Amino acid sequence: MVAKASPENVAATVATAPAAEAVPRTLAEKVWQDHVVVPGNGAGDAQTPDLLYIDLHIMHEVTSPQAFEGLRLAGRTVRRPDLTIATEDHNTPTLEIDQPIADPVSAKQIQTLRDNAQEFGIRLHSLGDAEQGIVHVVGPQLGLTQPGMTVVCGDSHTSTHGAFGALAFGIGTSEVEHVLATQSLPLKPFKTMAITVEGTLREGVTAKDIILAVIAKIGTGGGQGYVLEYRGSAIRALSMDARMTICNMSIEAGARAGMVAPDETTFEYIKGRPHAPQGEDWDAAVEYWSSLPTDEGAAFDAEVFLDADELEPFVTWGTNPGQGVSLSDTVPVPEHFDDPNARAAAERALEYMDLTAGMPMKDIRVDTVFLGSCTNSRLEDLRTAAAIIEGRTKDENVRMIVVPGSARVRLEAEAEGLDRVFKDFGAEWRFAGCSMCLGMNPDQLAPGERCASTSNRNFEGRQGKGGRTHLVSPVVAAATAIRGTLSSPSDLAASESELQEA
Amino acid sequence: MEPFITHTGIGVPLKQSNVDTDQIIPAVYLKRITRTGFEDALFAGWRKDPEFILNREPYSAGSVLVAGPDFGTGSSREHAVWALKDFGFKVVLSARFADIFRGNSGKQGLLAAEVDQQDIELIWKELENHPGTQVTVDLEGRTVTCGSFSTGFQVDDYTRWRLREGLDDIGLTLRTEQEITDFEASRPAYKPATLPARTA
Ligand code: SF4
Repeated sequence: MVAKASPENVAATVATAPAAEAVPRTLAEKVWQDHVVVPGNGAGDAQTPDLLYIDLHIMHEVTSPQAFEGLRLAGRTVRRPDLTIATEDHNTPTLEIDQPIADPVSAKQIQTLRDNAQEFGIRLHSLGDAEQGIVHVVGPQLGLTQPGMTVVCGDSHTSTHGAFGALAFGIGTSEVEHVLATQSLPLKPFKTMAITVEGTLREGVTAKDIILAVIAKIGTGGGQGYVLEYRGSAIRALSMDARMTICNMSIEAGARAGMVAPDETTFEYIKGRPHAPQGEDWDAAVEYWSSLPTDEGAAFDAEVFLDADELEPFVTWGTNPGQGVSLSDTVPVPEHFDDPNARAAAERALEYMDLTAGMPMKDIRVDTVFLGSCTNSRLEDLRTAAAIIEGRTKDENVRMIVVPGSARVRLEAEAEGLDRVFKDFGAEWRFAGCSMCLGMNPDQLAPGERCASTSNRNFEGRQGKGGRTHLVSPVVAAATAIRGTLSSPSDLAASESELQEA
Repeated sequence: MEPFITHTGIGVPLKQSNVDTDQIIPAVYLKRITRTGFEDALFAGWRKDPEFILNREPYSAGSVLVAGPDFGTGSSREHAVWALKDFGFKVVLSARFADIFRGNSGKQGLLAAEVDQQDIELIWKELENHPGTQVTVDLEGRTVTCGSFSTGFQVDDYTRWRLREGLDDIGLTLRTEQEITDFEASRPAYKPATLPARTA
């Protein structure tokens, strides 16, 4: 038992603290411990949860209605509206956004969020607002996501915010209600896993390829119960947009959260954003943030290594994000899987995806290219794709849809003229939202339609009933839109020099 | 949440094992935006059959569901508990519950009481021979009584305490509200707030 500290023995504790502080801790442990309001009792499986304070609660229209209703039924209020923010994203149309929403279920969810935000005094960025967009794009862009914070949202891809060195994870509807009412959450500690990526990415290889390779390596359940920390020289070299892409898909490896230690790149990104600390607060914040990276010698519960030098563009062939291979590879042969479950899953996936085992991935022809989603819809993603398509011609049988992650990203892209590059190429330049990532709005694949998508889930029917999804990076998406088959920019260069020689 | 001390109501024999949450409430009902009014969704697939037990008097007014083993398996949807409660159930008796379902029940004031399968079968017999028989579930003494038959049930101490106090998760956390307030007072000034709103 720890005695309650009186002013005198606080001094004594501080004096003897160095010994206690000497225990090296991971980034995740530091953030966790700094948010414990009431520690749990016991140890191991029998341990009762710690009560953790939540610094930022982000909401969207799909998982919030019942949470608000629960508050109303119990006569409770929102404890900290000033630590809460909502946006409309899952159901919003990406065309004619000034028109009423046609689908009654979508319209109702959005109207309900508007009513609830009004009733409970919560800041909401609605369709048409310059700050509207996908929750996980909006938080960072406003400077609300910062290192060392706890961030939650009723959405599994909340892990995105971990790119800042925040502990960020998705929660269920009753937990949303819990956070609204108490600004805290009872949680049992997670285990930690280090994912170390050393080396230098080759030209045309991106953060998306890193995370797809990680998931293929550890499997869709490999991260279960863990907070992943991405580290190593290849991660340090990434921009914030790219780190968000990686952390975003931590959940596809089954992990609760993913994190990257904050550094100069992080501070640079946050500085000057609307909600960034200012003046003395900035200095104090940077001092704290700088103390967060994992201490030398801290122990992780598990470790995984990946060689960045070896990595190639990575794409999925199946119906879960772990079913991926290098783009230069072939569609796997189910019989080659030792594990009978993996074999059966591969057989089912090939049938659903209508692919033949052994065929080159690059021979796969797509109907649609989707550039968007909270994984790859930030400015850097749009710039990367635009740089590849500029001055080139789209395959005439491919439709390409570009959906910026937020209205702000769209505005910034337009200021740089990226919208013209996409339109000249023949792509559709849409308004912000989740769009074809999950097809809750009208942006859906038709049955049998095949899509190269920069999103994060290739589950059966995810992008529309019967639709077939290949997860790809923005680089591969752009090259694929040009050639019509799954491609990387190196394929473009090759076919163009052939053309010149001919 | 109402404190749960003891409950008496009509018992409903559901002679099925492995009743999963998809059967308790099919996925199509998950699109709703309310958290009450799911009574029509409870066992929606089975209730299309007019002979299904919940479509028959007096079981349709039941409040104690007596089910086969492995109740509540499958997806973790909280709606399964909502639907049972909305229909009027206060207690489910089964020889075994899926962990997540049991957890969700305890949090929402539905008592998931574990009773040996041979006792479940005796209760089934009683309820079938004498439709409308009242079942009394006493959380204090952890006993269940149906007609002249009486037996014990299992529920963990923590869940029992919470049910008796009528504490949902939020109520439980709010018992430490002072600690939350103290923690808030210690948060550094540089932590961001969403209000007042600042935009680019
Ligand atoms: S873009 Fe896709 S993954 Fe991201 S929040 Fe929206 S629906 Fe979820």
